Amino acid sequence: MLKGHRTWVFANKPVIIATAAVGGPFEANGRLAEDFDLLHEDLWLGEESYEKAHRVLIEEAAFQAMEKAGLEKEKVQFLIAGDLINQMTPTNFAARTLGMPYLGVFGACSTSMEGLALSAFITNYGGADYILTGASSHNAAVEKQFRYPTEYGGQKPPTAQWTVTGAGVAIVSPKGDGPRVTAATIGRVVDMGLADPFNMGGAMAPAAVDTIEAHLRDRQIDASYYDLIVTGDLGRIGRQVSLDLLRQHGIDIDEERYQDCGLLIYRDGQPVLSGASGAACSAVVVYGHLIKRMRRGELKRILAVATGALLSPLSFQQNETIPCIAHAVAIEYGGEA
Amino acid sequence: MANEKRKKLTPVQQEYHLFEKERETKRPIVRNCVCAFLVGGIICTIGQAISYFYMYFFDFTEQTAGNPTVATMVFLSMILTGLGFYDRIAQFAGAGSAVPVTGFGNAVISAAIEHRTEGFVLGVGSNMFKLAGSVILFGTFSAFVIALVKTIATQWGGL
Repeated sequence: MLKGHRTWVFANKPVIIATAAVGGPFEANGRLAEDFDLLHEDLWLGEESYEKAHRVLIEEAAFQAMEKAGLEKEKVQFLIAGDLINQMTPTNFAARTLGMPYLGVFGACSTSMEGLALSAFITNYGGADYILTGASSHNAAVEKQFRYPTEYGGQKPPTAQWTVTGAGVAIVSPKGDGPRVTAATIGRVVDMGLADPFNMGGAMAPAAVDTIEAHLRDRQIDASYYDLIVTGDLGRIGRQVSLDLLRQHGIDIDEERYQDCGLLIYRDGQPVLSGASGAACSAVVVYGHLIKRMRRGELKRILAVATGALLSPLSFQQNETIPCIAHAVAIEYGGEA
Repeated sequence: MANEKRKKLTPVQQEYHLFEKERETKRPIVRNCVCAFLVGGIICTIGQAISYFYMYFFDFTEQTAGNPTVATMVFLSMILTGLGFYDRIAQFAGAGSAVPVTGFGNAVISAAIEHRTEGFVLGVGSNMFKLAGSVILFGTFSAFVIALVKTIATQWGGL
């Protein structure tokens, strides 16, 4: 049901019955290593190319989630997923392996929550019994496409971020046990004129603020309603900018309850500069780490706001600014929910 | 971002720019300069040592020792790039490892390694110079312009 301007409130509260997260070597050294179902010590994953390794990440996460849910792949009606590579070939090829009816979605690094919002909407209205949704990225494959060769010695500025290697998926169903998706707010494209691809956090912060504001306004709730508002991959700078922007707009958020997936995933000593980024960043942290914390009862209500920078290497070279988007999904577990 | 670009933005965007700039981590320019100076200096010292090596142990003069020295430095850079060290040195050294010929070697070799998965012709062959290509083009072109200026100055300028 539409509430306010652009928020869906799901009367039937679709359930996230199972989640899975797969990561690479850098993630294995990170703070959340325990929350991954599978970790690889080699970026190649035994494949011939990084793009093929990228595909394997998605397949493995999907099979892990289905195994946990006790589902055969024939039982899953739809796959709604995406990644960052040209024409989304890793996800498309993984969909070929999985053989499910498939909707590819692209929202750059906001893909995870775009997929979850759509999955919740479809299951809420009886469109499916089970939907598999997720997002993924592979550090070397993404660097190759968007930046320089991996071994190229170019000094990155302190505002740059590190693309996560991994895949995070969730299975959404109208019934079952698990955290429930209660609402979702669809973001609009916000472009504040920043053009530096080594400072995505700063570019994406206004989009996150716009969506969070819209969500709270549409649902007529206060920020304190949530135990945790978690942004996708704003990094150190983006988080600070968005926090200050929210306060400037009169939304009082407790700093402890406003976190960023890009800052949660890695350890302090890892050379990630401003934090993590990539489509897998919000996917693995929400589906791997936060859902587990919810199941343990540490968190009851969270708002996951995945942020995406909708640029391409071509648009950057043609001096275009970076348009950004953020999608928010409210997940609740326990209590009256 | 450059000022002329900022002028095209709306007032709201301009305001946000300043808002964001205040919270941005600045590039540590002094530290970067010192690191670049030290590492660049070390690389050049190694180059000089190799140059002397060729002059004392082989039949090279100061003029002719340049070619084998450059080849050796690029070879070393290739080994370090292949083993995955060069990009780490570069994150620390910045211009110090990018400006010497080893940086040029790294740009060529890293692109060649990266695109090996697309095959030798369409991958390595066509992508090898995607970073270094503009260095070759504009390097050659600026050498030509300088030569032209020098010729005009000496032939007709009476210098």
